[in-house]
Amino acid sequence: MTTAANASSLDRPHKRFADYLETALPKIVLGPTLLIALIFIYGFIIWTGWLSFTESRLLPRYELTGFVQYISLFENERWWVALRNLGIFGGLFIVVCLVVGLLLAILLDQRIRAEGFLRAIYLYPMALSFIVTGTAWRWILNPGLGLQNLVRQMGFENFTFDWIVTPGMSIYTVVIAGAWQSTGFVMALFLAGLRGVDDAIIKAAQVDGASPTRIYTSIIIPSLRPVFFSALIILSHIAIKSFDLVMALTGGGPGFSSDLPATFMYTFAFNRNQIGLGAASAIIMLMTVVAIIVPLMYSETRRTHR
Amino acid sequence: MKLTWKLAASACVVAAALSGCERQEEAAAGGEVEVLHWWTSGGEAASVAELKKMLEEKGDTWKDFAVAGGGGETAMTVLKSRVVSGNPPTAAQVKGPGIQEWAREGVLANIDSVAQAGNWDGLLPGVVSSVMKYEGNYVAVPVNVHRVNWMWANPAVFEKAGASIPTTWAEFQTAADKIQKAGLIAVAHGGQPWQDSTLFESIALGVGGASWYQKAFVELDQVALNSSTMIEAFDTLRMVQKYIDKDAANRDWNLATAMVINGDAAMQFMGDWAKGEFTAAGKVPGTDYVCMPAPGTAGSFTFNIDSFIMFEQKDESAITAQAHLAEAIMDPKFQEIFNLNKGSIPVRLGMDLAKFDQCAKDSSAEFSSSSQEKKLVPSWAHEMAMPPANKGAMFDVVTAFMNTPGMSSKDAAAGMASAGKI
Amino acid sequence: MADTYQTQTAGSQWLGRAVLYALLVVFAVYYLMPLFVMVTTSVKTLDDIRAGNLIALPQEISFAAWFKAWGTACIGVECNGLKGNFLNSVSFVVPAVLISTLVGAFNGYVLTMWRFRGSDVLFTMLLLGCFIPFQVILLPMAQTLGYLGIANSIPGLIFVHVVYGLAFTTLFFRNFYVTVPSDLTKAARIDGAGFFTIFWRIILPLSPAIIVVSVIWQFTQIWNDFLFGVVFSSGDRQPITVALNNLVNTSTGVKEYNVDMSAAIIAGLPTLFVYIVAGKYFLRGLTAGAVKG
Repeated sequence: MTTAANASSLDRPHKRFADYLETALPKIVLGPTLLIALIFIYGFIIWTGWLSFTESRLLPRYELTGFVQYISLFENERWWVALRNLGIFGGLFIVVCLVVGLLLAILLDQRIRAEGFLRAIYLYPMALSFIVTGTAWRWILNPGLGLQNLVRQMGFENFTFDWIVTPGMSIYTVVIAGAWQSTGFVMALFLAGLRGVDDAIIKAAQVDGASPTRIYTSIIIPSLRPVFFSALIILSHIAIKSFDLVMALTGGGPGFSSDLPATFMYTFAFNRNQIGLGAASAIIMLMTVVAIIVPLMYSETRRTHR
Repeated sequence: MKLTWKLAASACVVAAALSGCERQEEAAAGGEVEVLHWWTSGGEAASVAELKKMLEEKGDTWKDFAVAGGGGETAMTVLKSRVVSGNPPTAAQVKGPGIQEWAREGVLANIDSVAQAGNWDGLLPGVVSSVMKYEGNYVAVPVNVHRVNWMWANPAVFEKAGASIPTTWAEFQTAADKIQKAGLIAVAHGGQPWQDSTLFESIALGVGGASWYQKAFVELDQVALNSSTMIEAFDTLRMVQKYIDKDAANRDWNLATAMVINGDAAMQFMGDWAKGEFTAAGKVPGTDYVCMPAPGTAGSFTFNIDSFIMFEQKDESAITAQAHLAEAIMDPKFQEIFNLNKGSIPVRLGMDLAKFDQCAKDSSAEFSSSSQEKKLVPSWAHEMAMPPANKGAMFDVVTAFMNTPGMSSKDAAAGMASAGKI
Repeated sequence: MADTYQTQTAGSQWLGRAVLYALLVVFAVYYLMPLFVMVTTSVKTLDDIRAGNLIALPQEISFAAWFKAWGTACIGVECNGLKGNFLNSVSFVVPAVLISTLVGAFNGYVLTMWRFRGSDVLFTMLLLGCFIPFQVILLPMAQTLGYLGIANSIPGLIFVHVVYGLAFTTLFFRNFYVTVPSDLTKAARIDGAGFFTIFWRIILPLSPAIIVVSVIWQFTQIWNDFLFGVVFSSGDRQPITVALNNLVNTSTGVKEYNVDMSAAIIAGLPTLFVYIVAGKYFLRGLTAGAVKG
């Protein structure tokens, strides 16, 4: 601290300018980020919004033509499938990750031997992209090559696990693989939260004779509220952006039964030369995100202010 | 913008320290060609390497730009970004009506001078050269001709089941029943949208004939699309589907081919690139496997032509190098090597086919005969017949039909008609 | 397997521990399954793969596929394996991670210690940036990079990753610094310490835990990225994920699954390494603040 004081006493002749600089400095430091956010997030959203009102096909065109793209978007059966799948996938994925993540964290928090080792096993999927693990998952889920075949060879002739080749079920295999990748991270968040719980409160409850289950359900888990929040934000972000996952696992199939809005947008904008339609789907996606996330985040920032 | 610049500059400085901030300034004596393609493996990659060698002999440098995945879908995304950033490659693998779409954007180069010098008009069949031209000028170079309406059959499997190799869809049903009774898979197929449509395309050609096919899939005629012929084609697809095994979803086509090679399945409906798999497995055409036109399509020919579009170049050396590239692709030597590797036939007329196998010779003979009898049609499943938007919508219909047991052929035909209207 | 930490009521306690460990092991098996398939396949011979069950153990172990994937596998016309692309990835991942983490630290510092009117709104706006699907920004980004003259170059790639990583790094640091008592900086300010002095002398020394979290997160995201890599790079500058895709997604030819799997593992090794080595610090970092929100 003394050096800091010395430095400022040396600066005294320039004090006015330095003061001015000091007050403006935080804003200057934040400036580039804000500019970047303005151009590369909001500018690009506006650009996409503009394109969604045009007839853009192969490359962007800028003449406005009204709501045609939105009308044909909602007349497109495939878009409805993608939306429905996002509901199924997003909901299940988030719930499974939260439940399994919390369970694993609680189990690991019981003074386990080799905790570090087990933790690394649960956490490693987060490190790998689906470009890397996609093929392995496809083999495992494939009835002829993977799990079904293995169990049948072990003598259970009637064992069936063919979701990945069954329209209407393939989206659930996406949940399985998606949860595999992300639960480890959620587990880490919860474990960190559990370690932060005040021991004194638990001790007091134990002295009062509360059962371990009771301690968890009425003391520890409620105190993890902020962790649920962080996990929810991160998981919903992963769910909405899931792209590699679907592409590597099912390619959106069978047919287009496991399409998600992100894969829909990509397919139409880039492979089918319907940039206008792709832009319209992107805007609907963004609006959905805003509708869900903004209230969540608003309450989050509110809370931290107290 | 200033701050963005600064950030970019500082990023560059850090990168320079680590990697040598390389820019495209090393223009050597010859020009540089950068070719975007998705031939990244095996025989195809070896063929592209041949092209590279030929260009290097002319003093040009080859900058390889390979992006694999989804039959070029990823590559198209990359290409769009490159063009939008004002920095297109020298050439890119684009085919069919896609050539016209890119030309309409005004980004392609006119390579008429190379074409005239090489007498392309005389060497290329009319159906091919018309696809390569935009408003009468050459903007693309063809590489090869694939035939799509092939059926690959394993005679040993037919023998074991006591069935004979079919030439009509009615015969197919009898044969397939016998094969299934013998406990084998009749049709090896991969349930990916493009494979579903490749199968359907051959069925439709067999059921409806070339002139109806032309009307429906090339002219996108509403009446032909929503006709009783289309309904019949879908009925036939439903029938064929019964003989496909249950695990077909998202199976790669080469794994399906392997099923025929290994004798697990009797036949596969796939273009002649499947031949490479048989060759790699050491199988001989005529004895270990047979190539026949899909039932009902003898004499007809659905073509799939790979080609490179040429982008407008700024500096002189790049333009010369581009001309060298165009010449090299049409060179008989490259045409032979490439097509031997890929299973297709040369796009140049009158080439010596001595080194090619029987399937390729048949293909070449039918290519010219079908052309005379107006039975030469573009493959819509391989983007030769209609814009990607229509093609994609038709893929959706066919693939929905395949995956929805309750969907009627009538609904599917109506779906095809509305897909033709996008 | 039973543990003897708590031996109050032996019988039921013992059973409880056994169930606990059994559960943990079952989950571990589930998590290890894909890795097991990848590793065993990578050391099998091609004949072994064709003949046997994909999930079966190898008949004999051979590392030939690993060497091929690293040094001699053909990707396009070049037959140099993944090693060049591995170095490409290192060359842009390292600067991108460092820059985005540093800027994120400054942003978090400003947003907590130097709050000004509207700074919370700005933070929320920035957070929304996490949710923009990256497919949406490909074309406008390509146009912008072309305009800046850094299209299809390593600096361009660094720029893109920094831009879309900032929202996350800022989030991490902000949530961490919120927990730092403001008395600490207030006292320093009264002593006359300036903006940067406080940052370097007081804030940064408190931050190693959260820096680890940010670096791990960013490193994983950027190393594993495929979309930006494939669109904003070209030719011999392609990152390893793109090369892996080119190797695995071949359109024709015999599939060498053992080489594919070896290549996949090689591509995943750096991130695996980081998670395993720094995993402990990662958890410590999360405990230290990121989850307190």
